[in-house]
Amino acid sequence: MEFIKDFTTILLTTCRDVLPIVILITVFQLLVLRQKIPDLPRLIIGGVYVVLGLALFLAGLEKALFPLGKIMATQLSDPAFIYGTDAIITTSDWKAYGWVYLFAAMIGFATTIAEPSLIAVAYKANEVSAGTISTWGLRITVAIGVAFGISLGTFRIVSGTPLYLYILAGYLIVIVQTLLAPKSIIALAYDSGGVTTSTVTVPLVAALGLGLASTVPGRNPALDGFGLIAFASLFPIIAVMGYAQLMDWKTKRSRKNNGVT
Amino acid sequence: MKSMIIFIILKKLKNALTDLLPIVLVIAFFQIVVIRQPLPQMGDVLFGTLLIVVGLSLFIQGLEMGLFPIGEAMAQALAKKGSLFWLLSFAFALGFSTTVAEPALIAVAAKAADIAGQGGLIDPGVESLKQYAFGLRMSVALSVGLAILLGVMRILRGWPIHYLIIGGYGLVMAMTTIAPEEIIGIAYDAGGVTTSTITVPLVAALGVGLASTIRGRSPLVDGFGLIAFASLMPMIFVMGYGLIIFR
Repeated sequence: MEFIKDFTTILLTTCRDVLPIVILITVFQLLVLRQKIPDLPRLIIGGVYVVLGLALFLAGLEKALFPLGKIMATQLSDPAFIYGTDAIITTSDWKAYGWVYLFAAMIGFATTIAEPSLIAVAYKANEVSAGTISTWGLRITVAIGVAFGISLGTFRIVSGTPLYLYILAGYLIVIVQTLLAPKSIIALAYDSGGVTTSTVTVPLVAALGLGLASTVPGRNPALDGFGLIAFASLFPIIAVMGYAQLMDWKTKRSRKNNGVT
Repeated sequence: MKSMIIFIILKKLKNALTDLLPIVLVIAFFQIVVIRQPLPQMGDVLFGTLLIVVGLSLFIQGLEMGLFPIGEAMAQALAKKGSLFWLLSFAFALGFSTTVAEPALIAVAAKAADIAGQGGLIDPGVESLKQYAFGLRMSVALSVGLAILLGVMRILRGWPIHYLIIGGYGLVMAMTTIAPEEIIGIAYDAGGVTTSTITVPLVAALGVGLASTIRGRSPLVDGFGLIAFASLMPMIFVMGYGLIIFR
């Protein structure tokens, strides 16, 4: 019974999310475009699938993954687990947090693979590139970027170094890469940065960030808990452009070796 | 016919299961090897996982049937109509309306107001906190609307994306050095929470649809980039809001 109540709430929230889109499209169809939408019944069924699927997906996440992931994030960042004693720790030692960095990287990778927005973008990219960009290739590259980003983000919280230094350095790399990378990948790379932080990743990553910021001595959850999401959107851009540059460089080199110009 | 349908459904479920497998492996590994404690509420976890798999399959099926086609159909119909005004209004309204009521944004804005109140940056009274949170939400929603509008303009005019993005990042970097510290983390995260799971496919389909309708544009080079603007612009606006409010 409890579950049915939860599910109904989630379903209603999802419907409310879709509402502005439905109103907008209807208004434009009726007042501005004034023409029939082709294949309307199929579109409506598709829309119902999206809402129902997303609601089931979210309900499942809240039932299974989020509680588990949050418990694990708290357990792993607990000083008693990290230092192996119950004594009160006053200074943090960044070397002691190995499992936290590993967990951050792996959970970042895994949640990105399951992120529905990324699946959608990868699907479109595969379609418009006529198959040159593989769906899984893009998803794995982005996931590696997120894994590195979140891991580095937890290191930042533990070591207490200022957020803006990392972000500014990251942006500098992005700008340099933009000037060098193949032009066809740039827009897609930037988009990949925007879609990684969505339904699955944000709650788990936020739990990890807040858990760390409240247990590492000398950190303030209000200031240090934020910012992990920024890492998760910055590094996929670098990863996707880097991958494209690597592929570009490889093709150029093999062409040179074969003597073809 | 019937066995065909069952086969397709099974294949979709299998794909969704593959998407989910890494999470299951990571959690199992840390639970068994590192934390070494039995999993709490095994039944709930299995049931939840089943829901996730079914939900993800349905969602992807719905993308292909509903969201992608409607996004592309709208883009093509608006491009054919040839009215710049209506196309840009649609772009702005899409960005604004899907962001302004986004639950993640409301949560972040409320939290940001609390932090600013505690930090003594604004008057910690309920009314002033509400006002601050509302202003934050509006600036993010406005910025996403403008971002989609700008992105559509770019596709129409064929402006190269890298100048716009590098300019945007340059602005973010410059503002970071002068914005109050309390707003920086929130500004960076605001860029991440604006693009929801339903908006992303629609916006992607809109961009790709436009780029493939307009002669001389390539769907790959010009069709993407709308989402990137929608995550960049809120950072600029939130820091700008912080600069104005905290002065």
